[in-house]
Amino acid sequence: MSWPTLLALAAGTYLLRITGVLLRGRVAVPARVQRYLDLGATALLVALAATAALTQDGGFAGWARPAGVAIGVLAAWRRVPFVAVVVLAAATTAGLRWAGVP
Amino acid sequence: MDMRSLYRTIDRDDLRDALALAAALAIVGVSFGALSGAAGVPMPMTLALSLLVFAGGSQFLVVAVVAAGGSPVTALVGGLLLNARLLPYGLAMGGVVGDRLPARLLGAHILIDESVAFARARAEGDRRRTAFWLSGSLAFVFWNCGAALGMVAGAAVPDLDVLGVDAAFPAALMALLLPSLRGADARRVGLGAAALALLATPWLPAGLPVLVGLAGLIVAGPGGVATPDARPPAEAGP
Repeated sequence: MSWPTLLALAAGTYLLRITGVLLRGRVAVPARVQRYLDLGATALLVALAATAALTQDGGFAGWARPAGVAIGVLAAWRRVPFVAVVVLAAATTAGLRWAGVP
Repeated sequence: MDMRSLYRTIDRDDLRDALALAAALAIVGVSFGALSGAAGVPMPMTLALSLLVFAGGSQFLVVAVVAAGGSPVTALVGGLLLNARLLPYGLAMGGVVGDRLPARLLGAHILIDESVAFARARAEGDRRRTAFWLSGSLAFVFWNCGAALGMVAGAAVPDLDVLGVDAAFPAALMALLLPSLRGADARRVGLGAAALALLATPWLPAGLPVLVGLAGLIVAGPGGVATPDARPPAEAGP
């Protein structure tokens, strides 16, 4: 790791962040486009959640993690408070790992 | 909205939820700090990565590349690829972040998966803006404190996988996304995005599968622009 690499990553990441934020402030966005931007954010977040729940380093993550996520999502769907959803998901996965499930 | 009115509009439930999310992030931050130290990254660099990049996935990636003896270009390209989704996040969230330039410049830095999902789970307007700043700034403080702690504790940090935090994040994201998945078009797009991203995962480097998920938009359909919840006349009854 070198400082130029680190600072280039920091600058590039901030540029990615600020570009979208500023563009959205400058340009009047028609409702049609706004719908696609909102759906686009949903698509990215769901894709992220799905890959984070099921995969690790390009392969299957093992059963403990998706099982915990499934319990958490089920709890959220049944309107269990958010804090409990987070704790339930982690506790389920932790319990399964403790029991020897990968 | 100035900082005082921002503070006044903080909802107690939102504060509790944002704290829970930030606490989970702090645990991941601890493991980042410890891992970075173990990979031989000097302490000032670990802190700078955490404070200036503030995007967990890319931080872990560059540290892993360094640990494996990879090139700086691999680390940089991989990290930026992983963070490319921040651009569409900014496009969707620009109006939420702030109206004035200083607020936008500052708020852009706390644009992360968690703050975007957290804000979008709240009603539009002041509450959504407050939720964004609340979750984003708490995440920033907790993440960096966690990283500093992990860095100092170093080898004393146990394997945090036993805590199951890796399951907490996807579950929290999905819990926050449920309200925005109420529309049939959003559900179709979400399902398409998840399927495409999962199919792409074995074949593409980290970060790209999530971007492939954007192709889920092809099943968005035309949609009722102004009233997404409007029922077609046939279902409205006589």
